[in-house]
Amino acid sequence: MKDARFPKFILFTNALVPLALLLWDVYHKRVGANPLEFVTRTTGMLTLVFLTITLAVTPARKITGLNWLVKFRRMLGLFAFFYGFLHFLTYIWFDRYFNLRSVPGDVASRPFIAIGMVAFFLMIPLAITSTSAMVKRLGGKRWSKLHQLVYVAGIAGALHYWLLVKSDTRLPLTFAFVLLLLLAHRLFVKFYPPGNPAPRATLLPRD
Amino acid sequence: MGVENKTEMQIKNAREIKSSEITDKQTYLNRRLFMRGAALVATAAATGLLYRKLNPPPAEKPKGDRLVTVANPTSDSGAREGFTTNEKLTSIEDITNYNNFYEFSTDKQSVAYQSKGFVTKPWTAAVEGLVNKPTIFGLEELLKFPLEERVYRLRCVEGWSMVIPWVGFPLARLLEKVEPTAQAKYVAFQTLLDPKRMPNQSTGVLDWPYVEGLRLDEAMHPLTILATGLYGETLPPQDGAPIRLVVPWKYGFKSIKSIVRISLVAAEPPTTWNIQAPNEYGFYSNVNPSVPHPRWSQAREHRIGESSFISRDTLLFNGYAEQVAHLYEGMDLRKYF
Repeated sequence: MKDARFPKFILFTNALVPLALLLWDVYHKRVGANPLEFVTRTTGMLTLVFLTITLAVTPARKITGLNWLVKFRRMLGLFAFFYGFLHFLTYIWFDRYFNLRSVPGDVASRPFIAIGMVAFFLMIPLAITSTSAMVKRLGGKRWSKLHQLVYVAGIAGALHYWLLVKSDTRLPLTFAFVLLLLLAHRLFVKFYPPGNPAPRATLLPRD
Repeated sequence: MGVENKTEMQIKNAREIKSSEITDKQTYLNRRLFMRGAALVATAAATGLLYRKLNPPPAEKPKGDRLVTVANPTSDSGAREGFTTNEKLTSIEDITNYNNFYEFSTDKQSVAYQSKGFVTKPWTAAVEGLVNKPTIFGLEELLKFPLEERVYRLRCVEGWSMVIPWVGFPLARLLEKVEPTAQAKYVAFQTLLDPKRMPNQSTGVLDWPYVEGLRLDEAMHPLTILATGLYGETLPPQDGAPIRLVVPWKYGFKSIKSIVRISLVAAEPPTTWNIQAPNEYGFYSNVNPSVPHPRWSQAREHRIGESSFISRDTLLFNGYAEQVAHLYEGMDLRKYF
């Protein structure tokens, strides 16, 4: 794909559709009995969805050979950060009503909030260094190393979700499972690069 | 296209192409624009539908039958005994669209939809165990107990609360009929087990059937009722139709729904959430702001229907301390949480 401008525009629009519908629902008071919980849950879920899709780009590219997929990775990652920011804002704005002094006590009594905060703060340097100029400034190797933090953020995000549900852990565990699968693929490629002989070949009988 | 060209490569030089065959630039660009517009609209619509499917908006208001014979507690004596309160009622829309009823769904906003059409006729509730007159009550017989309206606060263990106008009768009236023996010390309750009618029972999110329990003196307390309706109408499925327990000074999950069995027993019976997480949910589960849940504080609550900007203090025994505190005299409420 030579010119990714239009596909990027499609992705950009689609990524904003959930936000548009959420705002529509809030405006028309169609967010149920507990609007705060609904908005918090929705933005949190969208953050995890976009994080997962972002992390799926590289494995998908390697498996399918469709190298142009990488052109969408930055935008996907930035949307994960964007929805994470909205999620964080919902917490600070509504749950705490900008009473920042109450945050430390609340974080202490609800450990899942601390873990969620860690996940969000880890995404900040990644968002800041997402521009091409920053990739150049850091150098590809160092940049890649830094951006491995996204796995920590993803797993912390899934853990944050798992810790807050009462008994139905199916969704948080699904996120965790998919994230681990994507991480496993990356480790596999690292230790057995496609150019080298496959590990199984050395185990073949010699005769 | 000429016949003589058939077997050759069909390359025409510019002169052979009639000007009428050339797509003019404007049309080409329009077509391209149209395709792009269509792609944009189609993907956005698909994304929107997917989002709606995964995050459905709440369902509409259900229709129940009007319950006629309801005695309203007078506000003076009613308030003194805790039978009513002058706090603002939670709307029927919120009460019927925000439910924890894991037999149908673990998503509070989906229970109304998932429980639509739940059949409650015929229905029986067996009252048995350590009693002189074990009885199987049909729903019609249960509805013959003199019904009263009780306006209670409901505090969920998750940190939200409602004010609900229940219709029902004291559990004590039912227990008196079956005459508990001297050995009976506790009351065990059980929800219907039927994965065909309660679809989420086919998952393992909880140990089915849902079971709950009370100490006999808690069960006989005048505040403890069996509810068959709310807002003067029969109970909608999502709120525990056709008959449920309401114990207003305990966290909501103690108030078991869609009851089919009530057993009088000698020892403390197992309870579902205690089985699920013994360190998080005790047998008593009295509302207590100073005993935090291991993962969150219980000091404050959000009243459903109020602005998202405010929360209120949670009260000991959910504000019913005057009526029930004596039941727990001398007990360490941190130990017996």
